Amino acid sequence: MIELQNVGRTFIVGDQEVSALRDINLNIAAGDYVSIMGPSGSGKSTLLNMIGLLDRPSTGVYKLDGGDVTALDDAQQAKVRSEKVGFVFQSFHLVPRLTSAMNIELPLILAGFAPAERKARVAELLENYGLTERADHRPDQLSGGQRQRVAIARATSMHPAVLLADEPTGNLDQTTGKEVINLLEQLLEQKVALIMVTHDPMIGERAQRQLHMVDGRIISETGKGS
Amino acid sequence: MKLIDVAQFATDSLRGSLTRTLLMILAMSIGVASVVVLTGLGEGARRYVVGQFSSLGTNLVIVLPGRTETSGIGAGMMSGQIPRELSLDDAQALLRSRAIARIAPLSIGSSQISQGALNREAIVLGSTSELLTVRHMSLSEGQFLPAGDIHAGESVCVLGNKIRHELFGQGKAIGERVRLGDRRFRVIGVLASQGESMGMNTDELVIIPVTSAHLLFNTSGLFRILIEAKSRESIESAKRDAEDILLRRHDDERDVTVITQDAVLATFDRILSTLTMAVAGIASISLAVAGILIMNVMLIAVSQRIKEIGLLKALGAPASQIRNLFFAEAILLSSIGSVVGLVLGEVGVLTIARIYPTLPVAAPWWAIFAAVGTSLGTGVLFSVWPARRAARLDPVMALAG
Repeated sequence: MIELQNVGRTFIVGDQEVSALRDINLNIAAGDYVSIMGPSGSGKSTLLNMIGLLDRPSTGVYKLDGGDVTALDDAQQAKVRSEKVGFVFQSFHLVPRLTSAMNIELPLILAGFAPAERKARVAELLENYGLTERADHRPDQLSGGQRQRVAIARATSMHPAVLLADEPTGNLDQTTGKEVINLLEQLLEQKVALIMVTHDPMIGERAQRQLHMVDGRIISETGKGS
Repeated sequence: MKLIDVAQFATDSLRGSLTRTLLMILAMSIGVASVVVLTGLGEGARRYVVGQFSSLGTNLVIVLPGRTETSGIGAGMMSGQIPRELSLDDAQALLRSRAIARIAPLSIGSSQISQGALNREAIVLGSTSELLTVRHMSLSEGQFLPAGDIHAGESVCVLGNKIRHELFGQGKAIGERVRLGDRRFRVIGVLASQGESMGMNTDELVIIPVTSAHLLFNTSGLFRILIEAKSRESIESAKRDAEDILLRRHDDERDVTVITQDAVLATFDRILSTLTMAVAGIASISLAVAGILIMNVMLIAVSQRIKEIGLLKALGAPASQIRNLFFAEAILLSSIGSVVGLVLGEVGVLTIARIYPTLPVAAPWWAIFAAVGTSLGTGVLFSVWPARRAARLDPVMALAG
């Protein structure tokens, strides 16, 4: 489903060229569970952003569902992002002035769904993630775990094919972190490709495929399956 | 994204920072209100002046003795003549014009008026029965000067309302006699109180037949001849006819000045309209300032909400949508500001109208449109840049804050 061919990404910092990604070749199928590990600055997040179409490769080709998405313009990429990609961030990124329900509803609003459909999906998601009683609470009234649950609910509201999680447990204690990971792993049953960046080897090891990055390269892939 | 959702989102984000929103609405509404109030005042002044002029009479043409222009040394000067007076016969002759409906000659002087032990100084106006119609006066008691022979010089008078009360108090005035100078006049009418108009207070006037005035003041010249043209269209021909007739009667010497009320009125109208526009222009500066304020605050909002913008992009909002969201906020702000401003402005106008009931303050419709238009315009214009800036943010950088 996800196909990266010789993808590279260079930034200009001052008058120096910095390569964040070098020569990445990667295939990820629907339902794959991939963790990306490596030291800071190794390009983990850049790779994740690349897959989420938040960043464009400087070189190489990125095919999503068989189509080349590198050539798409901003608006088309946004549409692909809206329909196929869900993000979960370390710092949750909830809109502080909106309630849990409204935060979850946001992608549906942006995509132009009708109110009735939106309400139904939001109610279902609140139920699934045990947030029904917190529906009218704003993020500052929620615990860290609850916030991340809202964020996961939001990321899945559009039924994405890919869920990208950047250090989803980074701001959580171990117990809550574990809960969040369990919630994310449940998505695999729906054939969602789960790609997770993490520092924590305990969490990274749970994935079938474990990518190790250094200096913008994938230096090794280990895993349960291989 | 549906329009209603855009509006809802913008409303939510405005509500999210209430103080900022209220301050911006305040700035915008003060701008709009000041345009409404200031143009209302300007328009009020214009209407006041126009109203004062029309209360003098309609379709009025006025003849003044003498010519207000500089010329070389004329024959008259050499022989020691003063400008020829306007005579009663001149006035009568004007009625030959088809364009002239009626005339009222005026002679003026001041004299002691006394009744019993009471006496005071009063302005005495000599005229004819036509004055009542020409000058739009009305009576509260009795009747006006009798029509008939202009040269008759009956000893009758019509008193101004205030003089009547000073001389007779609550008692009967009609039929009583008053003394003007060395002559006695019978009171036949009292003017209704009209207050001051164009510097002449009809409440303190005494009106007597023009010939009686000539005798009283020992003159034969007229101070003015008021002409009422038959219609608005015939004002110009009435003016021309008056000039021609008097030219012929005065041995081809142009020694009178004929002015039309319309010309004076139009000049005032023009001056005051220009003034109103100028005031509106000055007031709209405050609207522009409010616009710049909106831009400033929107720019701050963009940097404050940089993570939110990044998130919206990550959730699949294209640049155009983000631009629209910020536009919607600006439009919402300036709309609310306009409405509040209009209400404030109308309250201001009503307050002024209450304090100065004589001034017909009311903001003209064009000023209201201009104020709202400018406020919406500046709101949108000054949010272009912030909105574009938000739309162009790199999502990765934005998410990182």
